[in-house]
Amino acid sequence: MALQSLNSIRRGFEPWNDPAARPYIHFDRVTKKFGDFAAVNDLSLTIFEREFFALLGASGCGKSTLLRMLAGFEEPTSGRILLDGQDLRGVPPYRRPVNMMFQSYALFPHMTVEKNIAFGLKQDGMPAADIAARVAEMLRLVKLEEFAKRKPHQLSGGQRQRVALARSVAKRPKVLLLDEPLGALDKKLREETQFELMDLQQDLGLTFLVVTHDQEEAMTMADRIAILDKGEVMQVATPPEIYEAPGSRFVADFVGSVNLFQGQVTRRDAGRAEIAGPGLVIHTANPGDAEQGKTVHYAIRPEKIRLSSFPPENARANAAQGEIYDIAYLGDVTIYNVKLDSGQIVKSTVINSQRSADDPLTWGDRAWIAFQPDSGVVLTR
Amino acid sequence: MTIPVAPGTDIPTKNESRPVWSRGILRALSSRLVILVPYLWLLAFFLVPFAIVVKISFSQTTLAIPPYTPVLEGVGSLWQNLREFSFDNYLWLTQDALYFNAYVTSVVIAAVSTVLALLVGYPLAYGVARAPSALRPLLLMLVILPFWTSFLIRVYAWIGILKPEGLLNQFLMAIGLIDQPLLIMNTYTAIFIGIVYSYLPFMVLPLYAALEKMDYSLIEAAQDLGCTRSSAFWKITFPLSRPGIIAGCMLVFIPAVGEFVIPDLLGGSQTLMIGKTLWNEFFANRDWPVSSAVAVILLLLLVVPIMIFQQAQARQQEQGR
Amino acid sequence: MNTGGWSRFNIASVTLGFAFLYLPILLLVIYSFNASRLVTVWGGFSTQWYAALLQNQGLLDAAWVTLQVALVSATVATVLGTLAALALTRYTRFRGRILFSGMVFAPLVMPEVITGLSLLLLFVAIGLDRGMLTVTLAHITFAMCFVAVVVQSRLLTFDRSLEEAAMDLGATPVKTFFAITLPVIAPAIISGWMLAFTLSLDDLVIASFTSGPGATTLPMKIYSQVRLGVTPEINAICTILIAIVATGVIIASLVNKRREVQRLRDEQAAGRA
Repeated sequence: MALQSLNSIRRGFEPWNDPAARPYIHFDRVTKKFGDFAAVNDLSLTIFEREFFALLGASGCGKSTLLRMLAGFEEPTSGRILLDGQDLRGVPPYRRPVNMMFQSYALFPHMTVEKNIAFGLKQDGMPAADIAARVAEMLRLVKLEEFAKRKPHQLSGGQRQRVALARSVAKRPKVLLLDEPLGALDKKLREETQFELMDLQQDLGLTFLVVTHDQEEAMTMADRIAILDKGEVMQVATPPEIYEAPGSRFVADFVGSVNLFQGQVTRRDAGRAEIAGPGLVIHTANPGDAEQGKTVHYAIRPEKIRLSSFPPENARANAAQGEIYDIAYLGDVTIYNVKLDSGQIVKSTVINSQRSADDPLTWGDRAWIAFQPDSGVVLTR
Repeated sequence: MTIPVAPGTDIPTKNESRPVWSRGILRALSSRLVILVPYLWLLAFFLVPFAIVVKISFSQTTLAIPPYTPVLEGVGSLWQNLREFSFDNYLWLTQDALYFNAYVTSVVIAAVSTVLALLVGYPLAYGVARAPSALRPLLLMLVILPFWTSFLIRVYAWIGILKPEGLLNQFLMAIGLIDQPLLIMNTYTAIFIGIVYSYLPFMVLPLYAALEKMDYSLIEAAQDLGCTRSSAFWKITFPLSRPGIIAGCMLVFIPAVGEFVIPDLLGGSQTLMIGKTLWNEFFANRDWPVSSAVAVILLLLLVVPIMIFQQAQARQQEQGR
Repeated sequence: MNTGGWSRFNIASVTLGFAFLYLPILLLVIYSFNASRLVTVWGGFSTQWYAALLQNQGLLDAAWVTLQVALVSATVATVLGTLAALALTRYTRFRGRILFSGMVFAPLVMPEVITGLSLLLLFVAIGLDRGMLTVTLAHITFAMCFVAVVVQSRLLTFDRSLEEAAMDLGATPVKTFFAITLPVIAPAIISGWMLAFTLSLDDLVIASFTSGPGATTLPMKIYSQVRLGVTPEINAICTILIAIVATGVIIASLVNKRREVQRLRDEQAAGRA
């Protein structure tokens, strides 16, 4: 099956597929209620040592609460959180072997960069000489040696972000928690910093748990992503899996953009199915758990849909006819919205370097959409 | 033994480096102290004294006049207290027109002064709020500065200006505007001037806070939609500054009602405001029960404006968020 | 920000407003240097009234009492007021919170005559002799509420994640308070102290009720003389008081301003970096 090639981006690092691997962080049926509202609802999740794990979701999905429970700022209403085998219940934040990088950075405004980084080490009663050495090392790591004596307000946003990072990794925590670590940076800086964070995680060999609402950020950095909604885990998978094989309509719609066709399963064989949608019949090689006669959704990404003014040569291919309804030119790609004869609007993304000059499509033109049987997935949820 | 633990935690686990109870007690103790110390202080020096005022206001005049030295009675003497309970002092307040007049005069003087302070303070606050942003902190400091200098001195300064042979009359006569000195000193006018002058910063600051927050593009939008400058002011600026107006007016009105120094120094012996009546009742007549009754009524009078003020404050804070 | 320009009307109202606020004080200061005893007739420049002040033992004693009371009461009021502010902002649920916040805010608007009267009756009831101690207790009580309001408004904008960060890095709650919270809110606490100090220096009404023989404060002294009429000596002592307060406030705001300007410059520099 095509999906089996969708493994980790770090070659050979996939402890989640290793039955012998010991879970490092384990959320065990955790619920957190604020009054009647369940921010986290009976959630279980396992994260492995040295993993770069992302919690992805819209605001209010419970991802920050999860992070704060691990840091010790909130206690679960029920359930357990285990870190390296230790139950964290009742352990106050200042005794937990995890450190957090705050969304606001939370740099102490009355302390220099140096003092900020040394703060956590001092709390541990580390000898002064060792502290100085570690601070110097951290400053080198985040390339802020010349800024040691500056106060936070004398730094740019990107520099502050790096101080916050240095401060939170200085104690070599078992887990580094990052709450929207790049949220306050502008787009260009954000992209650079993503790679720096990944390098840092590799170099230090730490476990990173990052909370973000930015799917691109999660896709770029994480080994695995958990998609959260209303306090529950919708799917945990590697970025390619999440994108190519979303487990539910929610995930398919949340990550990237997607075309969904509703239809009835008219045929179900081993490894393939046929779905009768409005105005087209879909053959798929990824039937999932579709059952004969059931109403299901077929999800397909816009870039997998080919657009042409001629019908496809292979009559068996999934195809339908419609009219070009909207065109958005984005530089690298062009997005076409095609209104099918059934009334459904389908999105097709065409890479501009591949757009053929001899088949120029424009507003109001009649056009065919077509896609391969293994391009999309069947979703029953 | 019960172990104090934070709500939501049940059984301490053995993995912890320190037992949960030692932390629990420390945390509970420190948080209790933060609340308890100021709480007890205010109970002892604010609530209890006020309860004593209420109690004495209901006690029989003859029993409570010094040189008697009342001692805090225990529960045992509660019966006796109840037998002593009397409305005499309050009846006294209704029988003598002096008190009623003093209350009415105080409220009227405070209300007129508040309106005058608003008329003086609004243009000033508006001018400061619209000043170039580099100048604004300086202007704001100039508004606040008089507030830091002694109230008494500021009232005193007006005596030299307002009295018949004072600087104002000298000036007006010198430029030939009048040939007889104006009698301002020891009149209501002098009290109005004194109150407006003394409480102007209280009026200006909340007004400024409301006006400064306002986005000027709202005015531009109103003008763009056809408002003239003045109708834009009345339809946009003025309504939006209402929380500031309410807060400012209450901040002037409430203390002005109970004001003592200004009527005493500028108003002369004729004007009787309630703060002055209380003072006289206490220091000159040494009638503690009646002055306590005067105080209780004065406070009842101020409950409504205080509540209005608190609501305006709460609303402004909500808007600020 | 768009202010839409400073119109002529705005400038005029600001000028007139400040003239109204400052002219009386200015005249008072000028006439304190008047050689004539007739306070409203200018008789030439002289500093004789200032020299006379130094001879006035009663006035100097009163000033000393006032200073002691103000220093002690401002300091205690700052501690209590800061605690009250913490209690109000950090503990949103405790028994009697409504009563507590009522007691913190009520003294701000309570007529001084009532506060003074009620405290006096308390001191009589518990048999405490009136004197410096009772004035100090009274001043602590009403000044702590002002401090509480000043500190509370700072705490409301305090970024709680600073404290979480400190605890996350291993500092206990108590240590976090002293290493992070207190230094960050220190400016508000200092201005609270200054406010409490000036309130105590200024107060006439509450002191008149709660003070006893031998503990006459400066405002009480000034008041008793003012009732007898305007004299150049009083002008002189008022001028000195104004000068002290004005210098203090101006220095404080200049320091603040410089820090602010430095900060802005730093931020701009950081933004370019």
